[in-house]
Amino acid sequence: MTPESSSRDRVLGRVRRALADAPEAPEITRDYRASHTPDDPATVLDLLHGNLADYRAGVQRSTRRDLPAVIGRLLAGHGAGSVVVPPGLPEAWLAASDTRRLPDDVPLTPAELDSADAVVTGCALAVAETGTVVLDAGPGQGRRALTLIPDLHICVVDVPGQVVASLPQALPRLDPTRPTTWISGPSATSDIELDRVEGVHGPRTLEVVLVVD
Amino acid sequence: MSGTYLGMPSFPEAARDAVRDVTLRGNLRRATHTIRDKRAGAVAELDDWGRLREAGKRIKDHTLRHLDRYLVQVEEAVTAAGGTVHWAADAAEANAIVTRLVQETGESEVVKVKSMATQETGLNEALEAHGIRAYETDLAELIVQLGKDRPSHLLVPAIHRNRGEIRDIFRSEMSEWGRPAPEGLTDTPAELAEAARLHLREKFLRARVGISGANFMVAETGTLVVVESEGNGRMCLTLPETLISVVGIEKVIPTWRDLEVFLQLLPRSSTAERMNPYTTMWTGTTDGDGPRAFHLVLLDNGRTDTLADEVGRQALRCIRCSACLNVCPVYERAGGHAYGSVYPGPIGAILSPQLRGTASAIDASLPYASSLCGACYDVCPVAIDIPEVLVHLREKVADQGGKGHRLERAAMRAATWLLDHPAALTAGERLASKTRKLHPERLPGPGARQWTNSRDLPDLPAEPFRDWWKKNRA
Ligand code: SF4
Repeated sequence: MTPESSSRDRVLGRVRRALADAPEAPEITRDYRASHTPDDPATVLDLLHGNLADYRAGVQRSTRRDLPAVIGRLLAGHGAGSVVVPPGLPEAWLAASDTRRLPDDVPLTPAELDSADAVVTGCALAVAETGTVVLDAGPGQGRRALTLIPDLHICVVDVPGQVVASLPQALPRLDPTRPTTWISGPSATSDIELDRVEGVHGPRTLEVVLVVD
Repeated sequence: MSGTYLGMPSFPEAARDAVRDVTLRGNLRRATHTIRDKRAGAVAELDDWGRLREAGKRIKDHTLRHLDRYLVQVEEAVTAAGGTVHWAADAAEANAIVTRLVQETGESEVVKVKSMATQETGLNEALEAHGIRAYETDLAELIVQLGKDRPSHLLVPAIHRNRGEIRDIFRSEMSEWGRPAPEGLTDTPAELAEAARLHLREKFLRARVGISGANFMVAETGTLVVVESEGNGRMCLTLPETLISVVGIEKVIPTWRDLEVFLQLLPRSSTAERMNPYTTMWTGTTDGDGPRAFHLVLLDNGRTDTLADEVGRQALRCIRCSACLNVCPVYERAGGHAYGSVYPGPIGAILSPQLRGTASAIDASLPYASSLCGACYDVCPVAIDIPEVLVHLREKVADQGGKGHRLERAAMRAATWLLDHPAALTAGERLASKTRKLHPERLPGPGARQWTNSRDLPDLPAEPFRDWWKKNRA
């Protein structure tokens, strides 16, 4: 037996001895709310919008047709000279922008990502009550590092298909076997005298585009 | 627990030093009150908070009752997803496993996400002894590490430092560890954070080994969850080739669905946010995304002893939100260092003596480091009855006999230190308002002087309430 496998037996043995006389725990209750929001798409969308903005994300609403122009304006407005493009991002989304593209089809190195100004992605889901976008590395989102290193992240949310009101509605729609990143506003710290500072390590700017139509 | 804290004085002695430190007390008071007020607002947004809390409590109790089953399930799920699971009975074993795993990569430096478990085991020091340098990447942990200091709060570990001190630490120490602080660095938080960003980014981009803890591990799926704000966690969890997570065995929860409870309870209780900026979830390894090798080290280190205590085991429900610290009148005055452990405040007062036993003076005194006001229980998102456990542990300390009597006396001094407060307050009150303009640091008079040796004077009204009442209402 290796020392480690004996530690396994030791720890599990201690757990079992510790619990030998323990009474059964009371049953788990789930009488909390499945959602705190009226079941009305417009209300849910307004709540998402408000909560994203409250967390200092930029929020735009756009129609599907205007989306390329909105993305182009955001890239230009933030002075982005280069943009990382995850595999599977709809080509049309960048059609109205002449920002230099850095496709991640052959994975970019960390240094290349560090020299990029922006990244544009879709998402898996957005949660209204918490003001959160969830990425699960699916097509158009790419691997986790893409939305971490460039300083500007533009994230497109498809309304209403990708919007849920609450956490209890979000989890069943996500696949736990995929790596998942939940993003609520830009990177932030309050470690220095509780003064909030944005963009310690992750993107300093998060722009969310809600595509409504 | 870690040797870092060996030889710590008992709580009353350590607290006495802390309360003399005016900067520390001022910072702490401002910080804890700010977080506390914000938290109350965030919690009030959810009208089912009480039911979420009950669900969280019951999920944790159920998990602990069947901990053996859920640990085996986690092991199976993580292994099936491409990870490797290790078991560590104590701190030394956990450190040995991690050291070996790092050595096998051939690397001599690692980047770390803030993790209580590895602070508890003293991992950084253990790695250092084998020539491996561990870089803390959480901004506050960086401040603590550069300042050769110890954390003083679960969530804002550098809460005892103000911006001027942080600037001085960055200026004098950063170059020792890598990229120096920029020329002319001022003490504005934005500039300080930017200096940390530049300093750490070069480490993130070249790091090949990351070390983390986890907030939750899901038995059903083998998913690990790390909740954070800065993005340093995401850096450490996704950029290196090898990821090693050291996680206490009590962090397991049964199902994916259970996250809907804890992801509502944790951010609101800890930072008073609806949701923290970043949460990372991963299950084993994924081709082309994140580390190629994932190791999970399951840590006991006294947790099974805690589990064996029928009153005390509820401490293992703790999700380390730190809400109890922010409402605790004792923590606010004594500061985190006085608790002599990585777990300060009310949770530290019950967890540390259970994880380590009550043989030492500091551990025997911790159950007395409380006024039993009950505020900690009221805010705890998993309803840990901290006062109940404190009283239970006091009985244990008192029962130790022999050496225990000596310890009990040490412990009683801590209690007295707290409980003589109201009498001293009444004695000093009138005199204090009369001398208000002089901003006295000490109150005169025998009883009162003792009291102010270890306390801030409150902001004093122009005249005592009783005098005002007599004049205006009587
Ligand atoms: S004991 Fe409760 S309030 Fe204190 S840190 Fe743990 S979960 Fe939070």
